[in-house]
Amino acid sequence: MADSDDEPRRIYAPVVDTPTSYDRDGEDLHPPLDYPAYKSTRLRHPKQPLIYLPQGLTEVTGPALGSAEVLGKLDNDLTRQHDGEAIGERITVTGRVLDTEGKPLRNTLVEIWQANAAGRYRHRWDRFPAPLDPNFSGAGRCVTDDEGRYRFVTVKPGPYPWGNHYNAWRPSHIHFSLLGRAFAQRLVTQLYFPGDPLFPFDPIFNSIADVAARERLVARFSIERSIPDWALCFEFDIFLRGPGATPFEESP
Amino acid sequence: MIFALTPSQTVGPYFAIGLPWPGGPYAVAPGTDGALTIRGTIYDGAGTPIPDYLLETWQADPSGRFADLWAHAGPSELAGFRGFARIGHEDGDGTFEFLTLKPGPVALAGGGVAAPHIDVSLFARGMLGRCVTRIYFADEEAANAADPVLASVPEARRNTLLARAVADGYEIDFRLQGPGETVFFAI
Repeated sequence: MADSDDEPRRIYAPVVDTPTSYDRDGEDLHPPLDYPAYKSTRLRHPKQPLIYLPQGLTEVTGPALGSAEVLGKLDNDLTRQHDGEAIGERITVTGRVLDTEGKPLRNTLVEIWQANAAGRYRHRWDRFPAPLDPNFSGAGRCVTDDEGRYRFVTVKPGPYPWGNHYNAWRPSHIHFSLLGRAFAQRLVTQLYFPGDPLFPFDPIFNSIADVAARERLVARFSIERSIPDWALCFEFDIFLRGPGATPFEESP
Repeated sequence: MIFALTPSQTVGPYFAIGLPWPGGPYAVAPGTDGALTIRGTIYDGAGTPIPDYLLETWQADPSGRFADLWAHAGPSELAGFRGFARIGHEDGDGTFEFLTLKPGPVALAGGGVAAPHIDVSLFARGMLGRCVTRIYFADEEAANAADPVLASVPEARRNTLLARAVADGYEIDFRLQGPGETVFFAI
């Protein structure tokens, strides 16, 4: 069924009001795949140069996840996914998913995962002798609203040691996964917290050479959005690639 | 561009607590006519299978249409076709498999037609960003010969993008470095 030679294949073209390409400028702000200070990169980066791929339909389209299929009612509240409340410093994390033109990305899936307040992941590979919290799994997801906004309730993750080098510790962070609206916009990144004393020592944070770009991964504390007698708020806006330049601009 | 991009970071070793889900490896519902399995192994630069990786795929349906929300090209009217698969393991044996339909040809921006292909994103601990590659099909010889992306790949490396037909689908391995290093793309 997938492949019939009996009839001509019909070719579908893109509709005109959606981006036909995504901006390649700024891609060099991402960290290099070969970064010796982060030792695990050594055997896990391509050595041959990347080949330029002209963006086609496969790159400007993207999966439509975010339906009831993947979302549960408490998926965006990591403190209430179990019988008891998670232990730790309760925080809300909110922000907007936008493209680099400032256009909000609506109805797009945002997924997060993190360590608990003691710096321990609920994962069998994590052998850090810090307590697990039976009331904290550390995973959340939501879809953005009409303004591109997402919101999570969670606890602030603790820093934790890792084996990259002597006395290596990761700064507190929350992993973020963004689908955007197109394969070309896919992004996995990490949110950090302002003023973390571990920043100068973390090769993953410092793998981003551009200081301003690196700082964009540090959430802003917001007293205005903090909820009295309940939770501090951290804001983190995420900018995915915007539309590419249109080769033929129409004059008005 | 008005705002600067948010930079990438690694998925790290613990993504499996959040990202994979049981239905992830099904780009099409089980039992769908024409469904086939694509499988292979992912190797690091020492030739060792990578036990902790996240692999995602995205593709058109057999008529060249996509199951996206944004009606770029259809959308796909095939029931049960998601076109997106996510496979993630925390300490597997380096192998992957997903169920899908063979994609049809899709239109190229500058005119012409792209040979059937599946876009692939690969993430792992030790990777500060995603690596993007494509799966083409070795048995689509005529379409592959006319595909401009394949034509832009040095001939000696083209076979790293070609999935070989096997009894219930196709097989393709991904190698991050070394002999037979997979072709990765800048998109």
